[in-house]
Amino acid sequence: MNNTITIGISDMKIAKNSETLVTYALGSCVGICLYDSIMKIGGLGHIMLPIFPPNNPKESKLRFADTCIPEMITQMERMGCNRRRLIAKIAGGAKMFNVAGDSSFGNIGKRNVEAVKDTLKKYQIGIYAEDTGLNYGRTVYFYPLDGKMVVKSFAKGIKTY
Amino acid sequence: MVSLLIIPRCGGMEFVMSINSLEQLNEMHIDVLKEIGNIGAGNAATSLSQMLNTKVDMSTPSVKILDINDAATCLGGPENVVIGILSKLEGDIDGIMMFIIEQDFAKSVLTSLLGVEEVSCDQLSEMELSAISELGNIMIAAYTGSISTLSQLNMKTTVPSIAVDMVGALLSVPAIEMGTVSDKIIFIEDDFLSGNNDISANMLLVPSIDSLNRLMKELGIEL
Repeated sequence: MNNTITIGISDMKIAKNSETLVTYALGSCVGICLYDSIMKIGGLGHIMLPIFPPNNPKESKLRFADTCIPEMITQMERMGCNRRRLIAKIAGGAKMFNVAGDSSFGNIGKRNVEAVKDTLKKYQIGIYAEDTGLNYGRTVYFYPLDGKMVVKSFAKGIKTY
Repeated sequence: MVSLLIIPRCGGMEFVMSINSLEQLNEMHIDVLKEIGNIGAGNAATSLSQMLNTKVDMSTPSVKILDINDAATCLGGPENVVIGILSKLEGDIDGIMMFIIEQDFAKSVLTSLLGVEEVSCDQLSEMELSAISELGNIMIAAYTGSISTLSQLNMKTTVPSIAVDMVGALLSVPAIEMGTVSDKIIFIEDDFLSGNNDISANMLLVPSIDSLNRLMKELGIEL
């Protein structure tokens, strides 16, 4: 538990064995953990928006659900993972504010979660745990040694998946 | 981060360029935003003083264009639990304003407004939430008032919405909702002094890029 790697917004990192991956305070963003249990390699991505805008090719791929996941798979395969073995655990996608008279405000969290699920389905990666939606922020820890995802929040305390 | 824009002249006619991301704001634009922050903070100090019935002094606000990750660091780290009051801007300018206060500030406001002694921010009552929300409303109005006065643009705000949570989770909301291309936000930090309390209040302004261009144009700044 000595080496902790922090993932910022629109970022993604891969770690192995006893390293720890963490991304702080996900609001409507979604944290995606991918795991290969044989290699003990895990990836954690922090996406902000659902779909990569085709008319803006300079954008960071890691900001969007549909481009961050394939990038993470590619990098994990480069380290020796097999995509058939990968499993996913996801957290985040909350609706932080309720604006009176504007029901569409804050639905981006839900759309992010949907885009993550669609993309994982496309790559045939099963979702083994999910802590999404509702109205509170989450910090996600991911441990490649045992594949555990720990979700910490101000409102609901600590949960292990 | 700050880049100067060159406005080409052609046959005496000016081609006014517009910006398409916050990163393109130059020092003159930042100065204008600072002045807006200054007047807004003045209005806010007056409102705050009336609301709390004490003398409130203020220092010169600092205006920064920050990355969300850096803004979270300025506000005590992404996991620091704060209170965010968010209001959408409508009318001539569309965007989002969010007022962020520390739990201590909220506690001292609630004590002087409602006379409550013990306040726990994870379990605020309806009455307490309503009081904080009103405080946010007044502060947001102080800033929109200043923008409106300077630019003669018509601005409306929605009923504020409140959340008590990790600052990192709150900060990403305005940028995402406005669909900004980058992770940048306009961050106005004000320090208010009331009695022995040094209160730091933070106002986030995330206008749509069209609105920002319109605002700068109304203020006579060439982009």
